[in-house]
Amino acid sequence: MTNSATIKAHREPLFHVVKRDDMPAWKAWLIRAVTIVIAFFLVGFLSMAVTGESFSATYEIMFSGVFGRLFEGRFTMLWKYLQEIAILLALALALTPAFKMKFWNCGAEGQALMGGLASIICMIELGNKLPYPVLMAVIALTSILAGAVWGIIPAIFKAIFNTNETLFTLMMNYIATQIIAYYVYLKGGGSNVINPVSEGNFPALGGNDYFINILIVTVMTVVMYIYLKYSKQGYEISVVGESQNTARYIGINVKKVIIRTMLISGALCGVTGMLLVAGKDHSININSVGGQGFTAILISWLGQFNPFIMVIMTAIVIFLRIGVAKVADTALLNSSFSEIIVGIVILMLVGCEFFIHYSIKFRHNKKEGKA
Amino acid sequence: MKKLLALLLVVAMLFTFAACGSAKTGSDADTDAKELTVGFIFLHDEQSTYDKNFMDAAKAACEAMNVKYVQKTQIPESKDCYDAAVELIEVNGCDIIFADSFGHESFLIDAAKKYPDVQFCHATGTQAHTAGVKNFHNAFASIYEGRYLAGVAAGMKLNEMIEAGKITADKAKMGYVGAFTFAEVISGYTSFYLGAKSVCPSVKMDVKFTGSWYDEQKEKEAAQALISGGCVLISQHADSMGAPTACETAGVPNVSYNGSTVAACPNTFIVSSRIDWTPYFKYMIECVEKGEAIATDWTGTIETGSVVLTDINTKAAAAGTAEKIAEVKAKLLDGSIKVFDTANWTEKGVKLTSYKADVDTDANFEKDTEVIEDGVFYESKHRSAPYFDIQIDGITLLDTNFG
Repeated sequence: MTNSATIKAHREPLFHVVKRDDMPAWKAWLIRAVTIVIAFFLVGFLSMAVTGESFSATYEIMFSGVFGRLFEGRFTMLWKYLQEIAILLALALALTPAFKMKFWNCGAEGQALMGGLASIICMIELGNKLPYPVLMAVIALTSILAGAVWGIIPAIFKAIFNTNETLFTLMMNYIATQIIAYYVYLKGGGSNVINPVSEGNFPALGGNDYFINILIVTVMTVVMYIYLKYSKQGYEISVVGESQNTARYIGINVKKVIIRTMLISGALCGVTGMLLVAGKDHSININSVGGQGFTAILISWLGQFNPFIMVIMTAIVIFLRIGVAKVADTALLNSSFSEIIVGIVILMLVGCEFFIHYSIKFRHNKKEGKA
Repeated sequence: MKKLLALLLVVAMLFTFAACGSAKTGSDADTDAKELTVGFIFLHDEQSTYDKNFMDAAKAACEAMNVKYVQKTQIPESKDCYDAAVELIEVNGCDIIFADSFGHESFLIDAAKKYPDVQFCHATGTQAHTAGVKNFHNAFASIYEGRYLAGVAAGMKLNEMIEAGKITADKAKMGYVGAFTFAEVISGYTSFYLGAKSVCPSVKMDVKFTGSWYDEQKEKEAAQALISGGCVLISQHADSMGAPTACETAGVPNVSYNGSTVAACPNTFIVSSRIDWTPYFKYMIECVEKGEAIATDWTGTIETGSVVLTDINTKAAAAGTAEKIAEVKAKLLDGSIKVFDTANWTEKGVKLTSYKADVDTDANFEKDTEVIEDGVFYESKHRSAPYFDIQIDGITLLDTNFG
């Protein structure tokens, strides 16, 4: 019996995975770019196979679904595209400081919903009572506060009791969803729908409903980049993320950093909730965030926690989501098609990160390996 | 470096593939710009029996009328509905926009205000008769008549069970899986119950709510709970296959909704009522083609062909069901039977002579309109969407769910 164990210990596996740090940046980026190109071809081919349209027709449909009649000077669809990017990007930006700190905040969904709830409550209850600028300020403050509170609760428990933040933030999502459901019941009465509120809406700058949303997220992107890269707090976040012991050793108050970072993460989710409610729907329901809080996690990772790369990743994911949905609608396909495609592309991107950071060493065919 | 080269070669190959593929262009559409185009906005896709019912009708009506149609599925009840309407108009050039879910309504009205030249039609909504937006229209059907007929089939089945000695008359209890405790669902299960009661006077009914229009697991569990609670026949007003499959597994007869489930439930499916939207779609297309105004609030009936029953599954239904349904249907048509005749039901032991329902949408849900005339509760008379929301005797609500 012991014999076989020793033999096993000697046997080399077929392959093993080795971490590598030696890949030059240009090469890593080239691999990513090529992966994206291949992914887009794969999307085209899969759509072709399922719909029977030609490759170019497939992409024509995708472009028309995303950009509409852009070349005829109609920008409606472009604005919609940018708006969708803005929301997903805002959530990803909100998650990034937490994830960089290796605090697995899976609660963007709930934090954004609570921010949205604060907005809609202000819009309904204070809509007619406050002058517009004051109302908007109150909406912004309460939304930020609501998101921050929802984010800071798991952080406090993590910092003091070392609870598992993944489970904690997930559970907070369900609580938020149920609170929203109850509020919708209170205000929606027998119909389960809150009709859009006309007070406390973001103004349509330049005749466009989504301009302010896009502007806010643009500012968020730049500020987040500077915060993470050049501020002392941003540095503290990366040190805590690398090693809490190192952080402690060089005199960083880890508990403080965890709570402060989650405060920021939650607050930004709260802002996103406000963008959704005051800037877009003017109403709320349990699906207002629509699972994007989870997609945002992927965006944050794929973007290497770099806000500008995240912009590109979001643009790709949203392009596929809208475009492939259009292909599915045109070919009268099931809408799951869009989800499958986006899933495949994300899987490919994640896979390519794996091969950038690790290499696979195959077993050498050495006959003398076996004793 | 070798690997890198291989990778680049693969990409180059893909390009050639794509080039070959694009040689065949299949976009011969968009040539006839003058043709009428209808845009449909659906809440889910064909996996939901509710949306599938609309999708089938859209296809049938547009093909019969020879018009183009474009659909958008999975459109949530949010600003996304407005955006979808804008896309359908600006990109696809639609002349009529139709949306199928209750929560789409307000966003559709906003779009209707922005595009006064496009006609907007909306199923199940309540605001058209008060909104004052000329190109926005509501539509529904008197599905309570269909439910009543389906109830008759259920009552016949109960009678058969009583006669066969399977149950005693006082054990004739039906179960009903509803989505939400709203007028639309209440009106539905009450008419179903009254239909059953008209042939089986001792019948009782338990109702459970799932809190969702589409949740297969919850609907299944609700049906199972009702069955173990002593219900010998199940019907439902929710959109998944949850309740029908639970019935098939348990061998309990099922009266379905939205369409036949006989393929999945060959031994237990009796009959199903559904709204056929084809007549309405044809009507709205015809109106636009002729340049006539579409009715603000349209109610389809048995007569218009909007309220229909599927084929009866003789394997599960009681003998003589088809004949009885035909007889009752004739009486509904000539007006000798009224579904919500107050002579046939009571609320807390009292026969109602007057009732105010919330017909006009307002923030406080004010009960604004008298709906009982000459001893009959007139459903769908003051607006197309149902407003019957009385808890009548004989029906027990095991829970409630307002969402």
